[in-house]
Parts: sequence; structure tokens; C-alpha cells
Amino acid sequence: MKQYETVIGLEVHVELATKTKIFCGCSTAFGGAENSHTCPVCTGMPGSLPVLNKKVVEYAVAVGLATNCTITQNCKFDRKNYFYPDNPQNYQISQLYLPICRNGGIEIETEEGGKKTVGIHEIHMEEDAGKLVHDEYGENSLVDFNRSGVPLIEIVSEPDMRSAEEVIAYLEKLRLIIQYLGASDCKLQEGSMRADVNLSIREVGTEEFGTRTEMKNLNSFKAIARAIEGERERQIDLLEAGEKVVQETRRWDDAKEYSYAMRSKEDAQDYRYFPEPDLVPVIISDEWLKEIKERQPELRTEKLERYKREFQIPDYDAGIITSNKHLADIFEETTAICNNPKKVSNWLMVETMRLLKEHEMEVEEIKFSPENLAKLIKLTDENQINSSVAKEVFEKIFDEDIDPEQYVEENGLRTVSDDGALRSTIEKVIAENPKSVEDYKSGKKKAIGFLVGQTMKAMQGKADPGMVNKILTELLQ
Amino acid sequence: MSLLNLTAVELGKKIKASEVSVTEAAMAAFEEIEKKEEKVNSFVTVEKEKALKRAEEVQKGIADGIYTGPLAGVPVAVKDNMCTEGTLTTCSSKILSNFVPTYSSEAVLNLLDAGAVIVGKTNMDEFAMGSTTETSYYGATKNPWNTEHVPGGSSGGSCAAVAAEECFYALGSDTGGSIRQPSSFCGVTGLKPTYGTVSRYGLIAYGSSLDQIGPVAKDVTDCATILEIIASYDKKDSTSVKREDYDFTSALTDDVKGLKIGIPRDYFGEGLDAEVKEKVLAAAKVLEDKGAAVEEFDLSLVEYAIPAYYVIACAEASSNLARFDGVKYGYRTEDYQGLHNMYKKSRSEGFGAEVKRRIMLGSFVLSSGYYDAYYLKALRTKALIKQAFDKAFEKYDVILGPAAPTTAPKLGESLDDPIQMYLGDIYTISANLAGLPGISVPCGLDKNGLPVGLQLIGNCFEEKKIIRAAYAYEQTREFTHSPLTE
Amino acid sequence: MANVISDETIEYVGILAKLELSEAEKERAKKDMGEMLDYIDKLNELDTSEVEPMSHVFPVNNVFREDEVTNGDGREKTLANAPARKEDTFEVPKTIV
Repeated sequence: MKQYETVIGLEVHVELATKTKIFCGCSTAFGGAENSHTCPVCTGMPGSLPVLNKKVVEYAVAVGLATNCTITQNCKFDRKNYFYPDNPQNYQISQLYLPICRNGGIEIETEEGGKKTVGIHEIHMEEDAGKLVHDEYGENSLVDFNRSGVPLIEIVSEPDMRSAEEVIAYLEKLRLIIQYLGASDCKLQEGSMRADVNLSIREVGTEEFGTRTEMKNLNSFKAIARAIEGERERQIDLLEAGEKVVQETRRWDDAKEYSYAMRSKEDAQDYRYFPEPDLVPVIISDEWLKEIKERQPELRTEKLERYKREFQIPDYDAGIITSNKHLADIFEETTAICNNPKKVSNWLMVETMRLLKEHEMEVEEIKFSPENLAKLIKLTDENQINSSVAKEVFEKIFDEDIDPEQYVEENGLRTVSDDGALRSTIEKVIAENPKSVEDYKSGKKKAIGFLVGQTMKAMQGKADPGMVNKILTELLQ
Repeated sequence: MSLLNLTAVELGKKIKASEVSVTEAAMAAFEEIEKKEEKVNSFVTVEKEKALKRAEEVQKGIADGIYTGPLAGVPVAVKDNMCTEGTLTTCSSKILSNFVPTYSSEAVLNLLDAGAVIVGKTNMDEFAMGSTTETSYYGATKNPWNTEHVPGGSSGGSCAAVAAEECFYALGSDTGGSIRQPSSFCGVTGLKPTYGTVSRYGLIAYGSSLDQIGPVAKDVTDCATILEIIASYDKKDSTSVKREDYDFTSALTDDVKGLKIGIPRDYFGEGLDAEVKEKVLAAAKVLEDKGAAVEEFDLSLVEYAIPAYYVIACAEASSNLARFDGVKYGYRTEDYQGLHNMYKKSRSEGFGAEVKRRIMLGSFVLSSGYYDAYYLKALRTKALIKQAFDKAFEKYDVILGPAAPTTAPKLGESLDDPIQMYLGDIYTISANLAGLPGISVPCGLDKNGLPVGLQLIGNCFEEKKIIRAAYAYEQTREFTHSPLTE
Repeated sequence: MANVISDETIEYVGILAKLELSEAEKERAKKDMGEMLDYIDKLNELDTSEVEPMSHVFPVNNVFREDEVTNGDGREKTLANAPARKEDTFEVPKTIV
């Protein structure tokens, strides 16, 4: 069989974190009753007119700057015409001819440990569609326009990626940049970040691109990886069988691990773009551009360097903590309260990561508050609880965001550091374990560990292990 | 003499002086409507009960000093493509035959703020596509001067209602001449303001880059007064313009001395009816006699305005009218199999022939492979036409010509030959392409007793110059009422 | 007539515009569209190679809203004219078969 190379480009849609929709004053909040966040504009009522949300332009420019794009200082909107019930005007206001950002790119790390730039062809602003719910057994679909008009940016990459790993590295990098900018929370599962994959294959060594297909409905990194592998194989099979790849849009069914063509004879895919007459051009002056640049928040690389410098956090730890904006935010807020960056980092690096893995959770799903983690660190700093109790309390914080002070108090978990109480327990342990005492005295120093354990058990874990060790050694002399 | 013989401003004064009550004025209008509607068919919807209730509120508002404007309490009719909250708004189309908006257009809100009493919604060419008001789903409107003739269009209902004195004034909309041409045919005064002067919010779009709402009235004074009320900068309309002047009535001076008027030779060539030509040139002479400097010049590009217009307007319309699909509002076919069949049947049954014709053309010129050749070409032509006007306005304050090449044709004569009908818009269309203000003022009757309209076009934001010229001309004209009003 | 509109073109435009024409309407549409395009071709007499397409007549730009919620629960008004309503949604023929 011939050797094939996969050529991949992505179209990534990101819902921007504005309070209101792109062309009207309706809320973008999730969870309202169906059609409650709607008005004549975002439901395409006759005579309604769009007015552009300024914040959308600023977010789009911010993402463009952070991905090394050239900003189109005179950009315009166009109408993309197609009929679908989730598209209330039966046209989508988007940008074709003069998108707001062009010619950018971001650097990703490849599997081999090298670096590679994935080009960004353009970024444009557009409106999201409403939501369709399909009645499984009935004959109808139901339309909810709450998401209709939520602002999106579409980031169109160059066909620069060659594997699923590169695609995911690109998406993770993009997500990190956008999260750092605060432009979106980029949740794939909830659809605030969506990626369409354009894929073609060609024989290794050829210059020319093959015919590409576009895959939609990919809502996790795993689905993306599977879809890429599935589509690559499908295209190779076609070519090997002497058939041709048809340029088309395909919908990925992740459960069946299969994609099928979405095209029907009723969809001509001729969008008849033309300049949106209801909106005027957006002119981004040098001053405005400068303002947006100056407001640009600290991005990952800067933050990483600062953590190392300001908090003396090791390179590896700083790398992990800054790999996610939410995690970095928790780190900084907790550190600001307890002023103990090393311990904060430690809790995040070890216990938090362990629990995330155990619960199969994303970092974004961390619910605990920096206040409670800071309180926990204070309790351990003051030796009010020992480390095993602290771990137990942290699990509670992680799960339910409890107040550790109150929890320790209510459950009587405070470390017993009263010398008298400890001494009498230890005396009892020595009396009950003559064998271990004998071992210790005969030079098997490790036997003390068993005696410490027995003491901790008797104290229900609430003793300070250091003190236990000290008193034991003393009494065994 | 009927109360309805008064102009809107005259009635407003009588209401203010408590000589006439708001209810009396409204009742008088409904009496006329009941008498004439059968012959004229100006209205799609008449809302007597609602209007009489409103009349009482306005009367109280006047007494309380809430409504202090010149037209407080004066009954008005609104073209049926402007949304009116709680009142059927159809665009004279089957597809909107059950549509009751939950919001009002900004122009209507401005009217209400000024104490207007809306008597009903006027008939029009379906979605404002037509020049005769014959494409209405609700039947043709007739010309009050001779009911065998069309009133013009698309604001034929508004113009006929004013001419038949079923109301004191009306709002119309003008995309390619839809206020000026029917005003000319009906012997009333209609003004299309500079693009962006009156908010388009709530105006059901035909050609978004060309549409503009304007007044239809009995005389120039009324027009200027109405324009002051409806013109406003509206944050809901991105193309709304914040103007420096809104004092249009300050131009109502009988003085045209030194005003430079240009007459485009291109407007007086082939296709222009001899009688229309004679009346319009006679009007020019009147203005010259009053001290205006009148001269002929070559405007150029006139014959390219219509093809450019139809490409742009139909392209925009094909997209604007896509929302009528049986999903959110309006007509949905009764019997269908699946989504696309529902779309196609609802739209095919809901739209009339002329609307379908324009949607098809508009979809075609935007389709893959034709966009550059048709749509961009038309936008380039539009730029050239704008340049030609810019050049003309370097020399002249006002451009004078006919509003339409003929007087009103007979009913049923126009629709069979669309291109011939489109040619009737030749003098009005370029003002829309270039965003310019234009006014049509009656300037006499032809031998059949049908009115002729004089059109004055001004530079952008220079409504006051055309109002001044129109007002000065009007002072010399004996006011004529349509036979239906006698 | 220079522009001859084929059945396929009418069919294709019908799909784009979601219009289903009767046979008589199709014939009429072919004729009308052909004639209109012939007429529109008149624009080719003009040399516009040096002219920028003009979509807006006035140089108005940067009209924005601030990012502030101004609208409340709009569901009753939104659904007031629905041809087919199910609870708080619009009902349409199934989009996925």
C-alpha cells in the first residue's frame, strides 16, 4: 500500500464571553426557559435591525493579536444566505470579504518535541444559531432561539496539521490563549468551543492537496481524534479502491464511530454572500487598537516566567499550573490570601490532580474556593491538623467546598499536641507491644514505625506524628 | 365644507384652539372612509374603535400639556409595511395576512409621541414591489381622480387615502419612487427624505440600502411638519444618521431668489409624455419668474439607474424576504411533507407573482458565478451615479424634473410587461441609489383630468432647499381636490 | 434574447429561494428573468474597472451597542405569532430524518 499523509485544517467556532448577544440586548446566559432570552432582532422579526455589540469587536481583535494576526482596520459584515429553522432570518450575519483578522499563526509542540507553526488564515465575527431539539418519535423538531445571536468568532486555520496529535495540540493552545484573554470559557462539551475538521490525504511526497471533506459535530478531543482517524481511513479506502473523494460536509457520529454525508438536494451550498446593508463598516483606528493591546491581559508565557520569578515555583510546576487559566487563577487567588505559594502549588499539583483524575473531571470543573484552600493551608501551617487529616479535609473541600475550620471543629479533627495525653497513650502502646519494643532495643530501629502507627491509630489520626516520634524515642531510651 | 378639506396643520391649529375635538376629527375621517373605501380601497385595516379610544386619550393629553406639537390629535394613516404593535401588519401579502406585531416601528412611535391618532393601515404593492398598488393581496387601490386608473405605487394606499381625504396625512415608504410616483399620480405632496433621516426600525424591509419612510400630505407645509415629527436619530437603526438640522419647517419661505435649479436634459427625452413635459417645464418657469436661476444640464447615466436598481433591490429583497418561511410568524401552508416542502409551499402560496419574480432574480444575481458580473457591477454603477449627482450639486441647489413619465395608467395595463412598468421609475430611482431627498408636488392636470407631479431632488441632507422651492412653487398653484372629495 | 434561462437554472434558483413554481410559472419566470438579465446587461456598456463597489452611500461607520442587557423575558412576544407552538418553542417539521 502507498504511504499517505493526512492534511488537516480546522474551523474553530468560539462563543464569546459577552453579557449580551452580538446584535441585540438579550442575555447570553445559559439555562433560561426556552425562548426567554429573545427579542425581535434575534428571532428575525420583520422590520427588526441589528446593532453591533462593541465588546465583540474588542474580543475578536484581542484573539487576533494574541494569535499574531493582522487586524483588518476597515472590516465589514456580510450575509450568508441559507434556510434552516434554527437560523431565524434564514441568513446569518457573518464576514466573508473583509474578516476582522487575517494571516496569523500559533506555535505548537509536536510529538517529537519540536515546534511547529500552524497558520491562521482568518478570524471572523458572526452570530450563532438557535437550538433544535428533535422529538425522537414524533414528526417535529422544536426551535429555541435563546442561543440565536450569541456572538461567535470563527478561527480558520491553514491546512498545516498532519495528525490528530497536532490538531489537539493546536486546539489546546488556542483554547489556552482564548481562556487567558477571558474571551471565552471554551468548553467543548457545552459547545462554547466547536471544531470542524477539514481533512484530505495525499501520497507522501506530493505537493498537491487532495480533495477535502469537512467533518462536523465533534464535541470532545477524543471525538476529534477518532473522527480524524476514521475519515483518514475512509479516504484511503476510497483511493485504494480507485474511487474519488467527494468534497462534502459530513457529520460524525461518535457513538457509532462513523460519519455520513449531510448534503441533500435541497441544500445547494450556495450561500449568496453580499455586504450586510443593515450594518455599517467597523473602522479600528490605531488608537483603538493600541487601547486593546494595552488592556491585553498577561498570557501564559509571561505568567509562567512571573511565577518562577515571583514565587520561586519550579519550572515544571509553573508549567502545569499555567497550563490552564482556571488553575492559574485559583493558584493566584489562594496565594494572595495565605501567602504560601509553595504549599498552594503543592495542593494543586498533587491532590487536586489526583482527584481530578479519579473523578474524570476537567480542570474547568473545579468548584472549590481559594478561601477554603487557604484556610486549610493555614490549619496545617499552624500544626492544627496533621497531613493525613489535611488530605481527608481537602477531599471534602474538593467535593463540596466546605469550610475547613468549621469541619475540623465539628468533627474533632484537631491534632492532639497536649504532651500529657500523648505520653499516656504512648506508654500504653509500649506496654501492649513488648515484641516491637524488644526489636527496637535490639537495634531494629525501623520497629519504631510500627509503634508510631499504633499510637496514631489509638489517637484516631489526630496526633502530630513529629511529636509522637519524639516522645517514643525518649521513652524507649 | 368637510373637516377633511383642511390640511393637517390647519386641523392641528383648530384642535389646539379647541374649535374641533380630537374625537370629532377622527369621526370625520371614519365617515369619509365609510363613504369612499368601497370605491378607492386605500386601506387594508381600519381600526375605528381603537382610534376613537386613542382620540380620547390624546384629547386628555393635549389638555394636560403632554401633546403640544402642531399635529396633536390629527388622524393619520400608515402604510402597511410599518409595524404597529397590536395591529395587523400585512405588507399587503398573504404571507403576513395574520401577522400582529408586538412592537412598533420607530416612525410610528414618533407619530404617537406627537399625539397622532392612527385610523388604519394603507394598502400597497405587496412588500412594496410594484408601481401601481395592483400587486396587493387585498386587491388594487384605485386612483381617487379617476377610479379606472391606478394610484401608482407602492404607497398607493397612502397617497389615495390623502387624495380621497379619508385622512389628513399618511406615511409612505420609498425604495425606488414609492412615495413620489403615487403622490404624482394622486395629486398629493410626498417627500422621500435623505437615506437615514427617518429610522427604518420596524419598517419591513424590501431593499434595505434604499428604503426610506416619508410623509404623504396635502401640501408642502404639512410635509415639512410631518418630517420634523418622524425624523430622528435612532440607536436601533445602525444606518440612522444624526443630522445637524431637524427644523424643516424653517424652510417654508416664499423665496427662491438666487436658488440654482438644474434641469437634466436626460429627463426630458424619449418616453416622456408631452403634457407632463409641458406642465413640469411650466412649473420651472414659475420658479424662474420668482427669481431662481434655472438652467438645463446633462446629468448622464440616467438609463443605467433602473438596471442597477433592480439588481441591488432584488438581491437585498431575496435575502430580506427569506425570513418568511412559516416557522416564526405569518402564513404556513396547511398540507406538507417535511421541512423543505413546508418552506416551499408556504412561500409559493404566500407570495404573489411580482414578489416571486424579484426573489428569483435577486437569488440568481447573488448566486455562485454571477455575483461579480451582476451584483458588484450594480454597486459600481451606483458609485458612478452618486458621483454624477455630486458633480451636479456642485453647480445646482436643486434638480427639477418630472416625478413620472406619464400620468396614472389604467388599471390592469401595467403588470403584463414588467420592464415597461419598471421604466416608469426612471426619474425617481436614482435618488434612492444616491440616498438623496426628493419631493413630488402637484403641478397641474392633464387633459384627462389626471394629476401631474413635479419632482425636486436635493443634495444629501438638503431637504430644506427642496422644501423651499416646492413651497414657493405651491404658493402660485390653485389647490385642487380630487373629484371624489367633492 | 441573449440570456436564455434553462429549466435547470429555474430549478436551482427555486432551491435557493425555496420557491416551487408551477409549470406555467416556470415558463413565465424563464422569460421574465431572461428579459430582465438582457436589460441588466446594459450595465456592461459602462467601464467600471476603476470604480469601487459602493454598498453604503454615506461614510457612516462604527455604530455600536454597549454590552449591557436591556431585554427581559421575551418569550410571550416572540411566540405570539407562531404558526405552530409547543410549550415555549416553535414547532417545525423534523429536521433530522
